[in-house]
Amino acid sequence: MRLQARDIRLYLGRAEILHGVDLTAHAGRLTAIIGPNGSGKTTLLRALTGEIAPASGNVVMNGRDIAGMRPGELAPIRAVLPQQSVLSFPFTVAEIVRIGLTSSHVQDDGHALIRAALSRVGLPDHAGRLYQELSGGEQQRVQLARALVQIWHPVGSDGPRWLLLDEPVSSLDIAQQLTVMRLAAEYARQGGGVVAIMHDLNLTAMFADHVLLMQEGRAVAEGSPVDVLTDHRLSGAYGCCLQINHTPSDGVWLLPQGAGL
Amino acid sequence: MVALDASGERLAGDRRHLGRSLAFWLFALLAAVAMLSLGHGASGVSAPQVLLDWFTGHEIARTDRVVLFDIRLPRLLTGMLVGAGLAVSGAVMQGLFRNPLADPGLLGVSAGASLGAIAAIVLGGLLPPAILAAAGWHLVPLAAFAGSWLAMAVLYGIATQQGKTSVATMLLAGIAIAAMIAAVSGLIIYRADDQQLRDLTFWSLGSLAGASWVKLLAAGPVIAAALVVSPLLARGLNGLALGEAAAAHVGIRVQRVKTAAILITAAATGASVAISGGIGFVGIVVPHLLRLLTGPDHRWLLVNSGLLGASVLLVADMVSRTIIAPAELPIGIITAMIGGPFFLWVLLSNRRMLDG
Repeated sequence: MRLQARDIRLYLGRAEILHGVDLTAHAGRLTAIIGPNGSGKTTLLRALTGEIAPASGNVVMNGRDIAGMRPGELAPIRAVLPQQSVLSFPFTVAEIVRIGLTSSHVQDDGHALIRAALSRVGLPDHAGRLYQELSGGEQQRVQLARALVQIWHPVGSDGPRWLLLDEPVSSLDIAQQLTVMRLAAEYARQGGGVVAIMHDLNLTAMFADHVLLMQEGRAVAEGSPVDVLTDHRLSGAYGCCLQINHTPSDGVWLLPQGAGL
Repeated sequence: MVALDASGERLAGDRRHLGRSLAFWLFALLAAVAMLSLGHGASGVSAPQVLLDWFTGHEIARTDRVVLFDIRLPRLLTGMLVGAGLAVSGAVMQGLFRNPLADPGLLGVSAGASLGAIAAIVLGGLLPPAILAAAGWHLVPLAAFAGSWLAMAVLYGIATQQGKTSVATMLLAGIAIAAMIAAVSGLIIYRADDQQLRDLTFWSLGSLAGASWVKLLAAGPVIAAALVVSPLLARGLNGLALGEAAAAHVGIRVQRVKTAAILITAAATGASVAISGGIGFVGIVVPHLLRLLTGPDHRWLLVNSGLLGASVLLVADMVSRTIIAPAELPIGIITAMIGGPFFLWVLLSNRRMLDG
């Protein structure tokens, strides 16, 4: 089963943000979307979630064009972690996570599910805290827990579930970055699909199974991390020089050049 | 996947049981306040005694019956419906705008209702007799509903762009809308005759003194319908708290929730204003107090706002009847005297959000 974007052309106002982007994400894999600021990553993700309709092209999830699906049909098969969430009322963490259960048919009070999700994101004791009083990193993980309860089982009777993450580790410290990336990778390993916008190329190299590199509203490379994360491609897209090093265990790690080191 | 821990222990941070218990106590409070209000008035009629006689089939004095069933009872029911209607309007509007400062009275929605009512009172005579006859007593509430709906729709259109609501734009647009509506209302009042002016003055002070079965039957069902439907918005408004995009992601039909919220607010505010004039601040005080007690989850907030709003208005009405007895102080003055400072307090405690 796949999540496929075909020739997505998209305008915001009069500006054409995406100039015909293709992406094929497979269930069971973690797909990373990388690229410099303003390359259209978030816009592409918003098209994948169904939030904005492309001017042309379509998004097909588990064999169905999402353009014809209602929010209530999409919610049980894909959850979204936005880049940031602002909140104007004093909700507790538990109340925020519960919002993820809006479209589900949990028979009981959902407490067990909420508790389990908070544990998975490393916040087992935060259910009673006020969301507004948490740090940015904690808020982001609460939102991730909210997305997780929405599609708790990576595979349902009608196919895989899709976790769409917009910079899931942007405001996290290094330990929490690993917690969240491992969680995402685990979700994919169990048969779910994960599509994540990534800023950190080293985390991308460590965790992604499939990478889409974007530049100025186009997909300039798509493939395995080894194929996409090359000196030539990254330097071209990011406009600076990166040195790719290979680890003994077949991984890669990247260093920016010219840092005066 | 991680096995779920099915321990029956209550989850910290889940305040729904508090909302549910509070609903019970607020219901009890409303019953008590209602009995008190029924027995409270210029004439020394004992409400419990008359009710007891009525139930047991005893003879009731004619004056007692008139006082209780034709004066106090419609006033009581009107006060309950208007209080509940204004409080629920406030809660729904705050949920829609994702802002605790949104209030029908402050942002021109009540002014829109007033305009509708004023237009109906002054210009209603210009309508074709057939329409006038068909609308009957419903003309003023319907016109008020139309006016508040228009104000609400314009306000929402201006304040919310691409799914995001700007607090500053909302408040300033509300002021502008209220000012424009006041100007048009002034123009209409300018051409009112003496009898109409008397009707208008009496009505615009905001009072339950004019409550009657006729008015109640005209406007009451509109408020009651809005109250009954409003709890269905709870999940939608909870989702909207995360923003329109996130609400859609969790499966909420955002457009439908927004339309319903605007209609419910307009109906409850419009009919309340039509029946009782401008009673302010109930919509801001009541939901805010409840959020302090049981949190912002709309699951019980909407129901409890209705219950507490009804009680608050009945108490305010009793005060208005007592404070300068035997004369009556318009109830709008009392709610504004308490509500104004309260609003400033809410404003100051949300300063961080407003500056951001």
